[in-house]
Amino acid sequence: MMGIKIASGGFLTTIQDMGRFGYQETGMSVSGVMDQRSASLANILVGNEETEAVIEVTMMGPMIEFTKDNFVAVTGGDLGAKLDGKPMPRYEAVLVRAGQTLSFAGMFSGSRAYVAFAGGLAVPVIMGSKSTNLKSKLGGYEGRKLGTGDEIGFTAPRTWLPNQNKRKLEPEDFSAKELTLRVVMGPQDDCFTEKGIHTFLHSTYTISNEYDRMGCRMQGNIIEHKDGGDIITDGISFGAVQVPSHGNPIVMMADHQTTGGYTKIANVISVDLPKLAQCMPGFRIHFEKVSIEQAQTLYCTQKEEWRALQNALAAQAEPASDLQAVAVAAASNEDRLSWSPQGTYRVVVNGEEFIVDLERESVCFRPS
Amino acid sequence: MNDVRYLVSGDCAVCVEFGNEISPEINRRICAFKIAVENAQIEGIVETVPTYRSLLVVYQPEIIRFGELTKTFDSLMDSMDQIPIPPPSVVEIPVLYGGEMGPDIETVASHNGKTVEEVIKIHTSGEYLIYMLGFIAGFPYLGGMSKEIATPRLKSPRVKIEGGSVGIAGEQTGIYPVASPGGWQLIGRTPLKLYDSEREKPVLLSAGQYIKFCPVTEDEYKKIEKQVAEGTYRCVTYDKEVE
Repeated sequence: MMGIKIASGGFLTTIQDMGRFGYQETGMSVSGVMDQRSASLANILVGNEETEAVIEVTMMGPMIEFTKDNFVAVTGGDLGAKLDGKPMPRYEAVLVRAGQTLSFAGMFSGSRAYVAFAGGLAVPVIMGSKSTNLKSKLGGYEGRKLGTGDEIGFTAPRTWLPNQNKRKLEPEDFSAKELTLRVVMGPQDDCFTEKGIHTFLHSTYTISNEYDRMGCRMQGNIIEHKDGGDIITDGISFGAVQVPSHGNPIVMMADHQTTGGYTKIANVISVDLPKLAQCMPGFRIHFEKVSIEQAQTLYCTQKEEWRALQNALAAQAEPASDLQAVAVAAASNEDRLSWSPQGTYRVVVNGEEFIVDLERESVCFRPS
Repeated sequence: MNDVRYLVSGDCAVCVEFGNEISPEINRRICAFKIAVENAQIEGIVETVPTYRSLLVVYQPEIIRFGELTKTFDSLMDSMDQIPIPPPSVVEIPVLYGGEMGPDIETVASHNGKTVEEVIKIHTSGEYLIYMLGFIAGFPYLGGMSKEIATPRLKSPRVKIEGGSVGIAGEQTGIYPVASPGGWQLIGRTPLKLYDSEREKPVLLSAGQYIKFCPVTEDEYKKIEKQVAEGTYRCVTYDKEVE
């Protein structure tokens, strides 16, 4: 199986896509990436659907050896990504060659990095998703975090992508240690006193050490209930701000259980969840109320921006020359294309063999 | 239907709340609404999650927004009486009671001043409504156990309970879908797999169904266990008689 080999697993490195939907009614958690924006952008940069599975790297990163060439993008927090020991650009599609090693050396900002591979990772789709569910031990790579010696194949690796020079973005800034998360109120905001709601929206909450893929516990001013924090169990959404009787908020994250019996005062909006996913214990949080209409407009605007980016990157100009036509044919026929260390491609088109040098824009016919 | 509330549950889900208590009537309405939503095939709905009090509807705001979705729900609510709701089904769960499969059955008996036979008779007499699944994949929250066999949880929980174990905790009865730690009083075990990730339908049961426990002998248990492993076992299921 050609693709990547894990030389060391790091702290918590898992394969995740946008989650396993359709099974919450059976008690199965959704899982999926913590930071959906970073993961989506990594996928778009390498020409994937934004929902393709990526590797989620947590704080201390893994060492990943490549056994096959492929385009890769690293996004999310700055965990010191390096390619063969040299800094690797973030938020940029980079062609990594077989034999090269991607490693991470440090935590400069944010806490989770995402690695997307063009064409995606060859792990089985279980119940509609490639996400790792650590609790149910299924999905991803054998239902567990990645460790030394694990090998994962590429589904459809690419060594050529259209608009290569445009495949870079300004990295998102995760350096702030104090930030505001916008929320929509509900579903149980009516279980809190007016004073309790005011406290929630006008206090600073500090992220505690109990922050994992299931939830993020915070500490600060006690949020007052009308009649305690217990309710008859109901469903939970990603980003729900649960406030049990102790009065401190817990934000439910990607691995949250499907149902729960505590009051939920509000829900962090989708476009702000990535910011929380990149936070660390000790960071300070303010909550700001927005309407459901505002939240959904922000959500849809983000989706439209991603769609526009995807379209711009996929767009191909009409071939100006035979050379380009050959190159495009080659790109759409990767298995008949090989790369040589001189930077040239060997292409077979209609049974004829060509040598293509994209940098010099030359092509020569090689009679077989 | 005036008591139904649409509660914002983030920007990608709405909680359709039918009440604030545990009752078969509320559960029936939630299940009926779930069927109505599924039949309506509303574009943008990702999935629905029934619980004791509500139906959580997960949706894609880029396809349908909160206001439009709840308006659609209003019209569904109005026409719900006309939607044919199939009668709930009863699923038989074969159980080998006592012995090493149910090491706490004598505790349950003596706690309630009953014989082991009486405990089995009471436990197998009723049909238990599955209100919802949650906690872990395939775990059914059951209602309807007789108070005559209610028993407090173990003082110190077991580190490992085998999947399929049937137990009692207070006034609740339940089945462990997979091996896990737990403090329930174990009275028996079923050879059925409530959860199997390899199976086409990984979770056996669904909310709104009823469970009927049926005592089996050790030989029958082994026979069913073998059929389950080979994938040839078919659950005994029938429509619940209308009360």
